[in-house]
Amino acid sequence: MTLIATPQTMRFDEPLALQSGASIRQYELVYETYGQLNAQRSNAVLICHALNASHHVAGAYADAPEQLGWWDNMVGPGKPVDTNRFFVIGVNNLGSCFGSTGPMHVNPDTGRVWGADFPVVTVEDWVQAQARLLDRLGIAQLAAVMGGSLGGMQALSWTLQFPERVRHAVVVASAPNLNAENIAFNEVARRAIVTDPDFHGGHFYAHGAVPRRGLRIARMIGHITYLSDDVMNAKFGRELRQAVNNASGYKFSTQDVEFQIESYLRHQGDKFSEYFDANTYLLITRALDYFDPARAHGGDLARALAQTQARFLLVSFSTDWRFSPARSREIVQALIANRREVSYAEIDAPHGHDAFLLDDPRYLSAVRAFFDETVGRQA
Amino acid sequence: MSEERTLQAIAALVPEGSRVLDLGCGDGALLDLLQRQRGCSGYGVELDDAKVLACLRRGVQVLQLNLDQGLSVFGDQSFDVVLQIDTLQHLRNAEVMLRETARVGRTGIVAFPNFAHWPNRLSVLLGRMPVTRRLPYQWYDTPNIRVGTYRDFADLAARNHLHIEDSFGLQDGHQVRIGPNWRASTAVFKFRR
Repeated sequence: MTLIATPQTMRFDEPLALQSGASIRQYELVYETYGQLNAQRSNAVLICHALNASHHVAGAYADAPEQLGWWDNMVGPGKPVDTNRFFVIGVNNLGSCFGSTGPMHVNPDTGRVWGADFPVVTVEDWVQAQARLLDRLGIAQLAAVMGGSLGGMQALSWTLQFPERVRHAVVVASAPNLNAENIAFNEVARRAIVTDPDFHGGHFYAHGAVPRRGLRIARMIGHITYLSDDVMNAKFGRELRQAVNNASGYKFSTQDVEFQIESYLRHQGDKFSEYFDANTYLLITRALDYFDPARAHGGDLARALAQTQARFLLVSFSTDWRFSPARSREIVQALIANRREVSYAEIDAPHGHDAFLLDDPRYLSAVRAFFDETVGRQA
Repeated sequence: MSEERTLQAIAALVPEGSRVLDLGCGDGALLDLLQRQRGCSGYGVELDDAKVLACLRRGVQVLQLNLDQGLSVFGDQSFDVVLQIDTLQHLRNAEVMLRETARVGRTGIVAFPNFAHWPNRLSVLLGRMPVTRRLPYQWYDTPNIRVGTYRDFADLAARNHLHIEDSFGLQDGHQVRIGPNWRASTAVFKFRR
């Protein structure tokens, strides 16, 4: 039986002060919930999304049964995060393009679409907004907060900003901040978008244009970094898209698609440029760049994590080079230094960063065991 | 070596309420016992996927790390007790890990199969590597890459300036204090820096 998901909208009229000093006067957050909140209101689990995902974490829509949630293999009835037991909340972040207030919406102060004027939002700002949603839902404390990649940064940030409101945190394929190489990849993606002539300084909506070329390239470079060398070779190798009938099989063209990997990347880029907003891409990659909880503590992550109270599960994947196991181990080390409760699974998976969304039984069983035996014991 | 008697014999060496690091913690049985019966807390370190999962299923805190890459995630003297129970014989860098154990823990407890136990000696005397309950592997497929004796370990500890607080043999869950080097299948050492 498929879980039926129903998106809901919560409107907030009290201004949200942002880390940058700017504020958003009024905004809406789109969210979905699965399962039942228990009488003690103690079984809520918040799922934080990464770059290109949304509030649609699990299940399908009644009128679109093919649109499964992005973490449907993880969350649902009988799944590792079992909605028969937990009340699970997925929320779309501010600045996104999937329903919550973002650059495609109208700025109430000007009556014009925000576009590039949408304020820069940080991981910390998102967590503040998520906390307000929980206030409205009457949830004082989360049984767990969970996320992968950028979502893992939000989960970590929750334990720092609201230590008393989080009993457990599950941080998957994440990092305590981005290193230079990682920021560099984001910057290439951003430059591809910003230098697209259709970008119009971020106000392309008014021109009836979409900077698709930039979005495509941004997605292509992103995609390369989410996969491992091994997986890409196994999947595509040097396979040609269509061998020509000559000795080498090559077309000897510099611009046509020659190799399967090119075809795949172009396809991914095309798909992405159809549904993703360029300003959202800029905002979300910037939020990734800025996240660095140790910064306020002289770069000392152990000091930064001293305020955490949650019990942690961290998971990383051996072939993930965008959010490598070494970065997760930094978080583990800082938690150990503070004598915090933490378990850590380093899954020897071939799929690179993408592994956090895939069906590796070792990974899913580890999360299931943590929710069954640790989170569930106190829910 | 996860028999209840043996676990109890090792657990008895760990003071109540200790903060414990269990290197090569297996399915977490010892840590679980220490937490439930002796009010201890801490982490296990394990590499094997199935064993890590077993720990999570017990609710024992486990860190999936490769001991051959060292103990750099742990601070100096950050645990009351560091356990290496049937772990030493699998380590490539057994001596480095011994020093690391003494760095990270105020007390170290090491247990490993004693190759000088008399049935092993007899077997070698008859020209065969021993295959016993304690050393159940054939010579060509054993995971035990370090085979040593009770007496060998005492020498290694001395070489690394470790102070041995207690040592004995274990046989069928009982302490062997007379002639442990030939009378016990397991060697146990409790030491500090």
